[in-house]
Amino acid sequence: MTVLTTSPATPPSSVGSADVRSARPAPASIPMARLAKVELRKMFDTRSGFWLMASIAILAVLATAATVVFAPDSAITYESFASAIGFPMAVILPIIAILSVTGEWSQRNGLTTFTLVPSRGRVIWAKALVSVGVAVVSMALAASIGALGNLLGSAANGTDAVWDVSAAALAQIFLANVLGLLVGFMLGVVIRSSAPAIVGYFVYSALLPTVFGMLAAFQDWFADLQPWIDFNYAQTALFDESMTGEQWTQLGVTGVVWLALPIAYGVWRVLRTEVK
Amino acid sequence: MCLAGCGTRLGAMIEVQSLTKVYGGFRAVDDVTFTAEAGRVTGFLGPNGAGKSTTMRVMVGLTPPTTGTVTIGGRRFADLPNPGLEVGVLLDASAQHAGRTGREVLTLAQETMGLPRRRVDEMLELVSLTPGESKRRVKDYSLGMRQRLGIATALIGDPQVLILDEPANGLDPAGIRWMRDLLRGYADRGGTVLLSSHLLHEIEVVADDLVLIGHGRIVASGTKAALLASTGTLVRTRAHLVDDLGRALTAAGLTSTPAGAGTLRVDAESAHVGDAAAAAGVPLVELRPADGAGLEEMFLELTAETAREGAAA
Repeated sequence: MTVLTTSPATPPSSVGSADVRSARPAPASIPMARLAKVELRKMFDTRSGFWLMASIAILAVLATAATVVFAPDSAITYESFASAIGFPMAVILPIIAILSVTGEWSQRNGLTTFTLVPSRGRVIWAKALVSVGVAVVSMALAASIGALGNLLGSAANGTDAVWDVSAAALAQIFLANVLGLLVGFMLGVVIRSSAPAIVGYFVYSALLPTVFGMLAAFQDWFADLQPWIDFNYAQTALFDESMTGEQWTQLGVTGVVWLALPIAYGVWRVLRTEVK
Repeated sequence: MCLAGCGTRLGAMIEVQSLTKVYGGFRAVDDVTFTAEAGRVTGFLGPNGAGKSTTMRVMVGLTPPTTGTVTIGGRRFADLPNPGLEVGVLLDASAQHAGRTGREVLTLAQETMGLPRRRVDEMLELVSLTPGESKRRVKDYSLGMRQRLGIATALIGDPQVLILDEPANGLDPAGIRWMRDLLRGYADRGGTVLLSSHLLHEIEVVADDLVLIGHGRIVASGTKAALLASTGTLVRTRAHLVDDLGRALTAAGLTSTPAGAGTLRVDAESAHVGDAAAAAGVPLVELRPADGAGLEEMFLELTAETAREGAAA
């Protein structure tokens, strides 16, 4: 009732200008930077979204602390920290991308979003840009936390810090994580529903490699073909120190089939399907 | 379409042209044509599932039409550069991320449209959501509070056109009264308001023009005054004599349509109907002008007619 007692007292004339029909300049279109800013805000402005983002830093700190505490002295190297932090990142980043897209459907928020911005392609672009930006920033943060852990760990051991990950290798790890995030994004636009898309991600990143691995183990003809067919397998090369030209080509070929084409299909669907 | 002077709201009317939306074999919207004019409240009336919401989703580009067009001020909604500044839309108050606060929902709209931050507080005040309520999450809102938030989102860009789907749902009587005043004032200042509802009395009070839809088809449209005046006479006889009465009226050159058990609606004055019945010797139980019955009877009558047509087809 508190709401109601004040209602009739509110003069409708405060809606805006005195005359709704008054002349005004034609509005400018919504710039991409603003859309990206709004999409970034939407990643943080729910409790679950906020903690998902916060968990990147929290898990990086926990993984670093665990490495300092549990790893033997000989294993206090930057590579240990990088791989300890890398695992939670590989899970969280795709989920961030998935939820950024599927929230518009699962929570039916798209009814408002796509009414305020009818060009859905631009909204999806903004989401993709912001997701990749978040991935890069959070990986930089995680890499810094790992570096700090490496310094602390070796100081505690009284040894010199071992920096056994080259800049090129770090860049490849970044790329692998961005690809993982884009897989999440792809599943988001193709499936457009949070829970199935997240399940889909685990099928994609855990079940498929196992199936392909077994196939390769039992069928010789497939073992040779696997790098050209299995996207996950082609990505594992990114964690090697240096990649051959052939490995880059394999990554490109499998990436087109398992990532680029599904994204194209998903976006095409998003642009055409009804938003209810 | 709009080259210059778009700022003057002369063309801010909503024009729906031969709109059809087919799902599989089901025609949810069937050749719908109507106009909602500036400075007037247009009530879009129909029972549930009549095609109101589908029509409104097509208007704002969320649903692609099978055929037909909708323009607002001469332009397609999808071609508006920043639609929130020109058309305020409320389709479903519950379609919000449940984890956001009411204030955050408004802030997202304000940011998207590029408006000053103070608009958020102005809108919260306008729809009477208190600062405390605005910080609560939408999942903890009552339907009435969600409607207020949805109306605030529709109004934040100070648009010239409002498209509201069942905005009175979940509002209590004082809230309904408040919204009626708000929409009336908005139209009086030159705005275009299209308002859907199955709450007939609410529409009857606020609307200038009416569009009645049933089974995806427009069954009547026009000014409220004209529609009420054209309802003719209701005449009732004993149920087994209704066919005799129909023949008597036809013989007298009057057209009649069934309007319930033993009842016919006749497009003529009561006196002529009474004369025709008396001449044929058909005893009457009731004879009265239909306009006194109000919009609800007309609404039920019209939608019942389409229901019968649909069954016969």
